[in-house]
Amino acid sequence: MRALHIKLLRELRRLWAQVLAIALVMAAGVATLIIGVGTYQSLERTRALYYEANHFADLFAGLTRAPRPLLDEIGAIDGVLAVDGRIAKLALADIEGLTEPASTLLVSLPDGGREPLNQLYLRSGRLPEVGHATEAVVSEIFAKARGFVPGSHLRVVMNGSLRDITITGIALSPEYIYAMAPGETMPNEGRFGVLWMPEKALAAAYDLQGAFNAVAVKLLPGASLPAVTAAVDRVLAPYGGQGAYGRAQQTSNAFLDSELTQLRGMSSVLPPVFLLVAAFLVNMTLTRLIALEREQIGLLKALGYSSWAVAWHYVEFVMLIAIVGTALGYGLGIWAGNGLTVLYARFYSFPVLVFSRDPILYVVAGGITMAAAVIGAVRAVSKAAWLPPAVAMLPPAPPQYRQVLGARTVVRLALPQTWNMVTRHLLHWPWRTIGGVLGMAFAVAILVGSIWSIGSMNFTIDYIFNRTERQDATINFLGAKPVRALYEIGRLPGVLAAEPQRTIGVEIRSGHVKRRVAVSGHAAGSRLTRLLDASLVPVVLPPTGIVLGKTLADLLGVRPGDTVEVTPLEGDRTTRQVTVTGLVESYLGLSAYMELGALNALFDHAPLISGANVAIDTSREAELFAALKATPALGLISLRAVSLERFRETMAENLFVMIGVLVAMAGVIAFGVVYNFARISLSEQGREMASLRVLGFYRHEVSMLLLAEIAVVTLLAQPIGWFLGYQLARGMVRSFSSELFTMPLVVSPDVYVYSSAVVVAAALLSALIVRRRIDRLDMIAVLKTRE
Amino acid sequence: MIRINCRREFTHSLGDMSQSNVARSAPDTAGAAPPTTAAAPLLRTSKLTKIYRMGDVEVLALDAVDFSAGAGEFDVILGPSGSGKSTFLNLVGGLDTPTSGEAWFLDHRLTAASESALTRYRREHVGFVFQFYNLVPSLTARENVRLVTEIAHRPMRAEEALELVGLKERMDHFPAQLSGGEQQRVAIARAIAKRPDLLLCDEPTGALDSATGVVVLEALTKVNAELGTTTLVITHNVAIRGIAHRVINFANGRIASIEANAHRLPASAISW
Ligand SMILES: Nc1ncnc2c1ncn2[C@@H]1O[C@H](COP(=O)(O)OP(=O)(O)OP(=O)(O)O)[C@@H](O)[C@H]1O
Ligand SMILES: [Mg+2]
Repeated sequence: MRALHIKLLRELRRLWAQVLAIALVMAAGVATLIIGVGTYQSLERTRALYYEANHFADLFAGLTRAPRPLLDEIGAIDGVLAVDGRIAKLALADIEGLTEPASTLLVSLPDGGREPLNQLYLRSGRLPEVGHATEAVVSEIFAKARGFVPGSHLRVVMNGSLRDITITGIALSPEYIYAMAPGETMPNEGRFGVLWMPEKALAAAYDLQGAFNAVAVKLLPGASLPAVTAAVDRVLAPYGGQGAYGRAQQTSNAFLDSELTQLRGMSSVLPPVFLLVAAFLVNMTLTRLIALEREQIGLLKALGYSSWAVAWHYVEFVMLIAIVGTALGYGLGIWAGNGLTVLYARFYSFPVLVFSRDPILYVVAGGITMAAAVIGAVRAVSKAAWLPPAVAMLPPAPPQYRQVLGARTVVRLALPQTWNMVTRHLLHWPWRTIGGVLGMAFAVAILVGSIWSIGSMNFTIDYIFNRTERQDATINFLGAKPVRALYEIGRLPGVLAAEPQRTIGVEIRSGHVKRRVAVSGHAAGSRLTRLLDASLVPVVLPPTGIVLGKTLADLLGVRPGDTVEVTPLEGDRTTRQVTVTGLVESYLGLSAYMELGALNALFDHAPLISGANVAIDTSREAELFAALKATPALGLISLRAVSLERFRETMAENLFVMIGVLVAMAGVIAFGVVYNFARISLSEQGREMASLRVLGFYRHEVSMLLLAEIAVVTLLAQPIGWFLGYQLARGMVRSFSSELFTMPLVVSPDVYVYSSAVVVAAALLSALIVRRRIDRLDMIAVLKTRE
Repeated sequence: MIRINCRREFTHSLGDMSQSNVARSAPDTAGAAPPTTAAAPLLRTSKLTKIYRMGDVEVLALDAVDFSAGAGEFDVILGPSGSGKSTFLNLVGGLDTPTSGEAWFLDHRLTAASESALTRYRREHVGFVFQFYNLVPSLTARENVRLVTEIAHRPMRAEEALELVGLKERMDHFPAQLSGGEQQRVAIARAIAKRPDLLLCDEPTGALDSATGVVVLEALTKVNAELGTTTLVITHNVAIRGIAHRVINFANGRIASIEANAHRLPASAISW
């Protein structure tokens, strides 16, 4: 090994703690990059392959009923590659061990031959046999949650009659990667499932022989989605077509899209922050190292080493640090990425989901880190390496200190001289001080930017479950019923109050923008379900017009007073003009509301309701469920308590894992910055500190010099960190928000307190570690030498 | 003859010496005989030994040294390199602890003192001057002195101390703006500003030329004369021996001989 390399390794060993601190910050950068991009890649690529292999459709439409030959007409539309007509029906299921009814989506399988589109992936068992009306394949997540295996039974209310169904297999579909009951905001893995059954069986049960009520279309490459959508709508219009929509509005696909958006947001913000801090730490540490080795550099050059050789020596040093950091980051990233993938696999149903093993990702992550390190080194190295040897061998000019407030300041602050030392030392190295402050501020910012989401989530939960949707349960009829059905519900055991609700699927449009949403009709004085404006004040539904959720209004670009076009998806498909009469805050999905009477007047002139929100006496819950199961015609019930629990679980798990990782990483940054800052400061002032000890200063008094410096930097960093953190939160809201989910930007004061507490704790820890070195300062050794 | 009443508190762990009175007789600048040592000497060592261990090798840096110095004495320590001078000075200054033997400051045993008691001892009683000044570069001359006056019990004013070493005009300069001799005089001002009982100087003129060195020595003799501070000065410069009351010669970790000067020379009479 060459002498310079031996020197390199000794240097690394001597500075191991600083090197490790820097490497850890780099590792955090590499890990976040790998986790973010890797998870993104895994989801995105797995989805793409799955879609491709199982022929996921491009266009979907529901309708009342149409004869099978109509499929040929759709197939003949310009740009259509394949078409599949199916029967899809929502049905209640009665499951052993579950008191409240579950809901299932029944989907037909072609009799003989494979499904042309949205093909199943059979995990276990077999497909139902043609002619066996009571066999079904069940979706995997539902099966797992309920413990179904091939051979299990469940009872399903099909068109009013209860049937015993035998499960023959467990399957997945690209259409239901993320499966959610209609009207729910979160997947409810044990209470909603998809059952695929032979077409004959469903057709017989629902009286749809030779007909279909759902269609899926695959487009030719390059075909225009809007054109085909319009054509399909035209063909289906006479058959109760509910408007065709593309993948972007297909629930499962849209949820995955929004997940991908979030991942992209994360990987574009966090890794750069870590790498920036790492580059700064490299710069800070190397500048000091080179200052200490100035004479050695002069000597090396006098011995005939070129400037490049000297520069390369130090670049190798930081590259070794980067290699250590990258290796740690790979380990951390792969470990966390695998963990996250397992978590994702619980919500997203893929045949296989493995964490990305794309070598390019790892090469790029390593390369970027290496680049950040080298960039950090450039300034420090270039200053020293090109000094003429004779100049380098001289000690550097003594530092020129200045008085902070001119020598003759009128007001002479009676501060102890140690404070003078602290302030002057900080001011003498302004860039380092600023760097330290910014490094710490980033740590605070990352914490604020991650912890706030817990508060935001709690706010959302409170908003939805305590302030707006305060019903204990919602009963959805399987179709609209006359208003008197409300009394039927009111008479059910345990129901304390019932408020009517009518939901109509519509296409809402303003200019070129159109969306498929459900307009909810509520009674004007509803107490269970309320609407709130931006300042959380309840909004009373005006007697006319439509009230839009803010996300939808922004999307459509409308304000109160503007008019929107509304076309119902079912029945009479004529377009109505409605005035927007109000805006409400909305965090989940796109929402639109009307007063119940106004809604009925707008669409059918007959007072109908599609369900009721109820308050329940929980002690009589069992009775209520029994009654509901006994009268399946009443419809589906969804329980708030269960939804809330699920919502919390889903969020908590995703969020806490993420936040746990981020808190740890912010801690690493804070620790890394303070530790390096303190070590460098100690290296510069060690001599003075030893002198002070000789003069009779106690250890704690001398330590105060360094602790005060760290305290100043830490304090200055807090407000900057809070500000940056708030901006980070704002950026997250912007990049995470999708039409399905908006995060409320609520950053409560305790978020700042917790964030600062974590950073201060990390700073304190590293300060105490460095303090031990101060206690061991060798007074005599220092006095023997000239600096 | 001036009698200086030196009533000081000492470290708790070293015991309460607030009652002890140290009688110091400060001689006139050119006085002949060493000052009379009253009842107990200010500084005393007995079989003071320091062994440095480096792996298997042991270096006997100080070999059972017996020594004592009275209040107001000005002693010059000479000896070849490696003879244990600095080791001795560091031990009696409370910067280090001996391997065996004892050192006493008045009736307090330094060798039994804790780390913080030694710090207290340095803070209250000892002033140090080293070859490389060891000033704080971020503080001006005045502030360097204040560093000490702020923590001492009955210090003189920083300006007063600087005036004593003839640096009144350069008080607000940073060390980097001062010459080596000036820096060394700031170091002396810093050392004496607390009115120490003991002033320990390790090669204070080692980095200075003759003329500058003389100015520094004058400052030391002046402090010794005016404040009655017991002063020990290590030097390689035999020419300096003339200004001392006594000359201590070290060799091989021992005091080889002690000579008393019948006549002290003023610092201004020295040159090298
Ligand atoms: N920290 C140490 N570790 C090992 N040996 C030491 C140490 N300090 C001093 N010594 C040894 O102790 C002996 C006495 O050293 P000391 O510094 O007291 O000599 P000195 O008389 O002051 O010399 P000089 O005139 O060169 O300053 C020397 O042999 C020296 O090598
Ligand atoms: Mg020495």
